[in-house]
Amino acid sequence: MSGAGVEQGDLVGELTMRATLDHCVKCTICEQNCPVSAVTPLFPGPKYAGPQSERFREAGVLQVDASVDYCSGCGICTQVCPHGVAIAEINAQARAQLKRDDGIALRDRIITRSALLGKLGTPTAPLANWTLGNAPFRWLVEKLLHVHRDAPLPRFAGRRFNRKARKRARLPDARRKVVFFHGCGADYYDDHLAEMTVAVLEHNGIAVEIPKQGCCGLPMQSSGLFKDARRYVRKLAAELAPSIADGSEIVACSTSCSLMLKREAIEVLELHDDDDLLQVSRQTRDICEFLVDLHDRGELKTDFLPLDEKIAYHAPCQQQGHGIGKPAMELFRLVPGLDLTEMDARCCGIAGTYGLKREKYQIAIDVGQPLWDQIEAADPDEVACDSETCRWQITKESQRPSVHPVEVLYRAYGLS
Amino acid sequence: MNPDAIVIGAGLSGLTSAVRLAEAGRKVIVLAKGSGALTLAPATIDVLGYGSGGQVVDDPIRAALLKAAPHPYSRVAPSTVEDALAWLPDAVARGPLSGYRYEGSGARNLLLPTALGAVKPSALAPASIAAGDVRGTPKVLVVGVDGMKDFHPALIADNLSAGAYAVSARAATLPRPNGLALEPGALNLARFLDREANAQALAERLRELVRDDEAIAVPAMLGLKRPGQTWQILRDSLKRTIYEIPTLPPSVPGMRLLDVLKTLLRQAGGQFINNAVVTGCRVEDEAIAAITVRISGHERTYSAPQYVIATGGVASGAVALGSDWVTREMALGLEIDNAPRPGQRRFGDDYLGRHPIAQAGIGVDGALRPRLAGTVLANARVVGASLGGAEPWREKSGDGISLVTGYAAATLALDAFDRKAVPA
Repeated sequence: MSGAGVEQGDLVGELTMRATLDHCVKCTICEQNCPVSAVTPLFPGPKYAGPQSERFREAGVLQVDASVDYCSGCGICTQVCPHGVAIAEINAQARAQLKRDDGIALRDRIITRSALLGKLGTPTAPLANWTLGNAPFRWLVEKLLHVHRDAPLPRFAGRRFNRKARKRARLPDARRKVVFFHGCGADYYDDHLAEMTVAVLEHNGIAVEIPKQGCCGLPMQSSGLFKDARRYVRKLAAELAPSIADGSEIVACSTSCSLMLKREAIEVLELHDDDDLLQVSRQTRDICEFLVDLHDRGELKTDFLPLDEKIAYHAPCQQQGHGIGKPAMELFRLVPGLDLTEMDARCCGIAGTYGLKREKYQIAIDVGQPLWDQIEAADPDEVACDSETCRWQITKESQRPSVHPVEVLYRAYGLS
Repeated sequence: MNPDAIVIGAGLSGLTSAVRLAEAGRKVIVLAKGSGALTLAPATIDVLGYGSGGQVVDDPIRAALLKAAPHPYSRVAPSTVEDALAWLPDAVARGPLSGYRYEGSGARNLLLPTALGAVKPSALAPASIAAGDVRGTPKVLVVGVDGMKDFHPALIADNLSAGAYAVSARAATLPRPNGLALEPGALNLARFLDREANAQALAERLRELVRDDEAIAVPAMLGLKRPGQTWQILRDSLKRTIYEIPTLPPSVPGMRLLDVLKTLLRQAGGQFINNAVVTGCRVEDEAIAAITVRISGHERTYSAPQYVIATGGVASGAVALGSDWVTREMALGLEIDNAPRPGQRRFGDDYLGRHPIAQAGIGVDGALRPRLAGTVLANARVVGASLGGAEPWREKSGDGISLVTGYAAATLALDAFDRKAVPA
């Protein structure tokens, strides 16, 4: 490959996120696209909270602006910046500094521990699910922990995908192998999604290796708990790296967690020194990205049965951070009979744990309003979306089922 | 994905190429590092506003065709300018914004008030801006909104009244609207006015301020999603000329035009991939065989029979001036023509004056094809601000160059498909 190859290290490499703020020309493109500042005066917008305020922030010096905590971390500002300013990353780091200065709420220490919560809830799933659906209990949780009583919470599956799947038989005549990173969501709450992902991969003659794996640390990172987030993601990278030493790819069905592995952990947490993580970053693929790559090489099975369904597809903000377009749309177009509508709203608002928090609950719903309007106008049977927390929010606000794109392919392959 | 064409860059030039190719049945991918500069500009299409002596141009198409090399207008077929100026209003008309339309012909410049009260010649403009042509608005009330930054009605009114165009203007300021909790900038006001009741309320407040035969000028804030309807509500209610004056960024008319072009691209099956930085290419048989793209975590390659390079110029970072005096094209390392040599002056003394660096741009042949290491790349076209040889800030030609060259590149790529009989 030829190329200019000069001064291109504006988002990766040795340059810190903070150094990118000098590329900001105050053009307002991030402001035009910020879904949070469009609905609340509590967040003054990415430009103001980011590059402009950052010039006044120094370690140990007075924080100029606490409003940065109202950034949802959707990352859209960084995606649209034409000059490579790491706006969302700068804001995430400023939020972590704020939390170091002001202390971390008990709530944020609890709801960000998705693996720990999963471990606690799994053996007692019926009780835990009943409790989480219990209005007086949720009222109490709101009073004590400031988790909004109506915020969408998942149901525990009551069994762990990872435990069960690691004992699976190998595919004997596989063409190649991938390593499956399922994330906490599929491990504790939606093991069916993990099973469908494996089934779709195996249907295409691909062996799936499932190593023991923990949380990527994203929920902690997005609430400013960087120390814990670093510990978790380093541990996960060390768990995954041995399985990809042969050059195979990691395939992930949680688009926000795979973005964490690809980019955010390195950039936001500044883990440029972790060789395991760097290798994991290079070799991680979102499931739909992976399947479209297969298709481009002529290796994807296209024996799809017709599906007489009306689907609306929402590409979540974090999926857009991958820089891969909308591969789910490419895949859906291969399925005969699908009545497909592409939503162009940017964000459903939930942004991981943001919309669970009492003080941000309504903001998150307002952020998603364009999406709710578009879903209503499209009137689909179901909404497809790559991120689990977004699906919980979509189902609650649109009163329609929401599925991962893989589930549509799974049905179209006749695997159900 | 196996696209027919890859467009690099998502400004006016790149999107024009992309929409045309997609609407001609070609599979198009737009790769962009970020959102283009379209939403920073007023989205009026300035083809040529001023001649080299500073005189106002009356007939922009005729004047554009008189431009000599290396000006971008000299590089396209003469009919292209007219065709491109006819294409854009058509595209807007079939876009998602019902009742929103562009006016102007390119045969005669519109003369449009700016946010400083100056008058700018422009070939095409949204109808709600074109209505402000100073020749049709001898008396005008310029209305601002309390708390709105960068829009000062008294300044605008004074300058319009003192200008060369027999306009008598006065100023007024509306209170910040009830129910708008957000900062009253053009963007937040536009979202607020997308609700019909708020547009009706604005009409009522304006009625209280205006005198019998005055036109009304407001900041360009009349809605993002239903600007056609909002403008109609105000005209029906006030029974007079009412027009928008473009503001500093964020530009609401720019956001409308971006919405139109991206929607048309999507409807024609085009793919938009953001956050993708093109870092190089592989050349085979004097053509681009594949490009390398840096995305989150890794690099990918994309390949297509045709490429459009719409990455912009120095302002977008697509062309960089090194401290070693070397001028580089950042994505593919394409050759730059007319750059000042080491030691020569790159900038003039007057900020808005002439600058030698403005002549520099990606070097192209008669079919807009660039060179890489001495080889002309047969399947690539360079458009928009990537082409040197123009002084858009002096001559008012930026959007015109982007539209016309973006249109021309699509024609050339479509011709190439036809020659090679590539089925759509």
